[in-house]
Amino acid sequence: MSGVAADGLQVSGGAQERGTVKADKVRLSRQDYLQRGAVLLAVFFLLVALVLPLGTMLIKSLQNTEGEFVGLANFIGYIRNPALFQSVLNSLQIALISTCVVLSLAFLFAYGLTRTCMPGKKTLRALTLLPLFAPSLLPAISLIYLLGNQGIFKEILMGASVYGPIGIVAGMCFWVFPHVLMIMITALSNSDARLYEAAQVMKASPVRTFFTVTLPSAKYGLISAGFVAFTLVITDFGVPKVIGGDFKVLATDIYKQVVGQQNFQMGAVVSVILLLPAVFSFAADRLVQKKQVAMLSARAVPYVPKPNPVKDNIFLGICLLVVSAILLVIGMAAYASFVSFWPYNMELSLQHYDFESVGSSWGYYFNSLEMAAWVAVIGTCIVFLNAYLVEKGRAFEPVRNLLHLMAMIPMAVPGMVLGLAYIFFFNQPDNPLNFIYATMAILVLNSVVHFYTVCHLTSVTALKQIDGEFESVSASLKIPFYVTFWRVTLPVSLPAVLEISVYLFVNAMTTVSAVVFIYSSDTMLASISVLNMDEAGNTASAAGMGIMILLTCLAVKGLHWLLSQQVLELTQGWRNR
Amino acid sequence: MYLTQPIKKITLGLAGAIALMAGSAQANTELKVYTALETEQLRPYAKAFNAQYPDISIKWVRDSTGIVTAKLLAEKNNPQADVIWGLAATSLLVLKEQDMLEPYAPKGLAKLSPKFRDKAATPSWVGMDAWMASLCFNTIEAEKLGLPKPTRWEDLTKPVYKGHVVMPNPASSGTGFLDVSSWLQLFGEDKGWDYMDRLHNNIARYTHSGSKPCKLAAAGEAPIGISFAYKGASLKKKGAPLDVIYPQEGLGWDMEAASIVKGTKNLDAARKLMDFAVSKEANKLYNKSFAVVAYPGIAQQIPYFPSDAESLMMNNDFEWSASNRKQILSKWQSRYDSKSDPK
Repeated sequence: MSGVAADGLQVSGGAQERGTVKADKVRLSRQDYLQRGAVLLAVFFLLVALVLPLGTMLIKSLQNTEGEFVGLANFIGYIRNPALFQSVLNSLQIALISTCVVLSLAFLFAYGLTRTCMPGKKTLRALTLLPLFAPSLLPAISLIYLLGNQGIFKEILMGASVYGPIGIVAGMCFWVFPHVLMIMITALSNSDARLYEAAQVMKASPVRTFFTVTLPSAKYGLISAGFVAFTLVITDFGVPKVIGGDFKVLATDIYKQVVGQQNFQMGAVVSVILLLPAVFSFAADRLVQKKQVAMLSARAVPYVPKPNPVKDNIFLGICLLVVSAILLVIGMAAYASFVSFWPYNMELSLQHYDFESVGSSWGYYFNSLEMAAWVAVIGTCIVFLNAYLVEKGRAFEPVRNLLHLMAMIPMAVPGMVLGLAYIFFFNQPDNPLNFIYATMAILVLNSVVHFYTVCHLTSVTALKQIDGEFESVSASLKIPFYVTFWRVTLPVSLPAVLEISVYLFVNAMTTVSAVVFIYSSDTMLASISVLNMDEAGNTASAAGMGIMILLTCLAVKGLHWLLSQQVLELTQGWRNR
Repeated sequence: MYLTQPIKKITLGLAGAIALMAGSAQANTELKVYTALETEQLRPYAKAFNAQYPDISIKWVRDSTGIVTAKLLAEKNNPQADVIWGLAATSLLVLKEQDMLEPYAPKGLAKLSPKFRDKAATPSWVGMDAWMASLCFNTIEAEKLGLPKPTRWEDLTKPVYKGHVVMPNPASSGTGFLDVSSWLQLFGEDKGWDYMDRLHNNIARYTHSGSKPCKLAAAGEAPIGISFAYKGASLKKKGAPLDVIYPQEGLGWDMEAASIVKGTKNLDAARKLMDFAVSKEANKLYNKSFAVVAYPGIAQQIPYFPSDAESLMMNNDFEWSASNRKQILSKWQSRYDSKSDPK
């Protein structure tokens, strides 16, 4: 799962306000040194874990297999190879179609949630989040059972094969939907009721109101959602790997070059090509978001929908349809994992959960749990501390701005690209960090960095809500900053910290793309074993492992919900005064 | 140091965590074993070995034949593997040509049938078992689609089978390669390529692994899978509506073999693994998945497997296959790769 999510959207450019709390330029105290040291350490961390690996990969793409510099020869070779270049066109085609489909569906759904009085909004909303908790391999596997040659609904396709563009688009739409929906809901919530009143007074038709008021106000959200969907689709690997058949896309090409042919240089070339659309859409997205902030004035009145039975029921119908599709896909995977021998012996059994019998292992599941736990704990500490330095630090303003900038990079880097970059960087025999290669540590480091940006933005947003006066007052009272951090900042931000850790846990459990190049036989993960079992033709067991991942993530999310109720009572009581 | 408690704790925790995760050195020897064995076989094989040699642990690196071969070749200058246990003999011949294998005569070598070993006095590799091509034919789906039962390789090119045949990609799968090399030997080079051109018209897709075509046939996703005999027999035993067909022109086959990688730092342990790999006990294990094994006289009949398996196998020229492997694969890829599964 790529680390793009809507959380980032609620954050606006914070660089302007940063650094308002300036230390007196008298003499640097120990605290100042400590803070400066911490800032440098944070920059060093992102340099080693992100910038240098990516740099190494860029260099590799310009070298031949012997390591000699060959300029752009690899790229020219790539473009001249019609079979490989076809993947670029295929990827673009898939990404465009999926984006259009998912945008339309998510818009209707979000419209239903924000602009109608249909019942059951909370439940519908919660159910749409389900795809976030499973690897993207799972919907693809489920689609084989639904629409494959032995699928129960294969007649829908009227003879067309699900293996190829149809399957990829369907799988992508399922998997990308919740990401896009979150952005759409935010976009449609930010509307000014006064505009609708004006439209009503001027007797504009509903259609006209929709095109002159509703759409323009949600315009930036729509664009932003489009970019997010496009990036997610073009960089995802799980769906095309399982259901793509002979339809080649960029993400599977990297895999084929690196794992299949051990051609690392060409892998680097495809990575760089894959990086381009991601970086482009990321940059465009940031640009658009800046405009969105300026759209809503302080005098805006929030729009409150009025009951309208016809409209409400139509949208309820649409939303129910979408939610049923989501439940069907997940339900099918769960059901198929229990069927003894699809489609000839439909008796239910637990045999496919005996992962050992198909050469996989429950141990891989526990490896995943272990990794996800480490990612959640270590990642939360690193990200939140770094965000604190960026937002509340006093020293080194340019360096802190650099830190903020670096923290934004991971969002534009597809998981596979980061994984490949890690091979190049950490597998060099003369790299002092070479010892983490093929260990759990490299998986943890990679996942923390891969999902860094969203967590960083969430932290920064939370920290912004805390008045800078706390720092000024404690500084004038000569209370060390870390005491303020421990006694004030951290407790107040606890909900955000919890949220980050759950986000990291879930993503670490479900990710395939980032870790597929760097796991070793000792650190095999559940999500990778889903991939391998499917590849070996043990599809039911693959579905079973996918369901285990889903259940685990749901359990953790549930735990988070319970815990945050407690924590909110303990630490956030002051908000309700 | 001027660290406060919480920060200190976090720092210590982090350092501890990294040290823990990096893993501590183990007291016993660890062998990195590259293999293309079926995933289901890895655990029992390692367990049987450890029953005799508890102080040597096996760290498997498993993938399909072509990928393990590519990996070994890519690591030629900095070998990561200690031992290869369960890779196609045609691949080991390629590695031998590159001088990447450490010759060793395991204890008990003399007991193996002569065709299951490298001909050199101190062999670079020893055979384990043979596996052979077969067709997995889903009778239920074939009836639905009105497909007659094929009996010859040539039958598969008939228009009636268009889009109904799945076969493994020879670049990644050892089974796929033995099919291709057997057709080139059985029909002659020109006619062999001509056969594959016509077959290509009927192929639905080329899979990454050699067992997947049979699994797809068993699940009814494709009516006909070109795969290997043991997979067909074992799926049939599990209740799949399969006929396992042995085409009349002759069956391609290859040997699974074992060898020590030159440059290993654990030569003693590697030799012990080789001793085990040729033992009677190991061969009994191989026999659970393969009808023909290197140790004569112990093979048990496998259900749904032809009793005359050995006589169906064609006269395979491994040297020819190995020395032409690279050229065959690149020609194959340039012609047919468009229908391959990713990887």
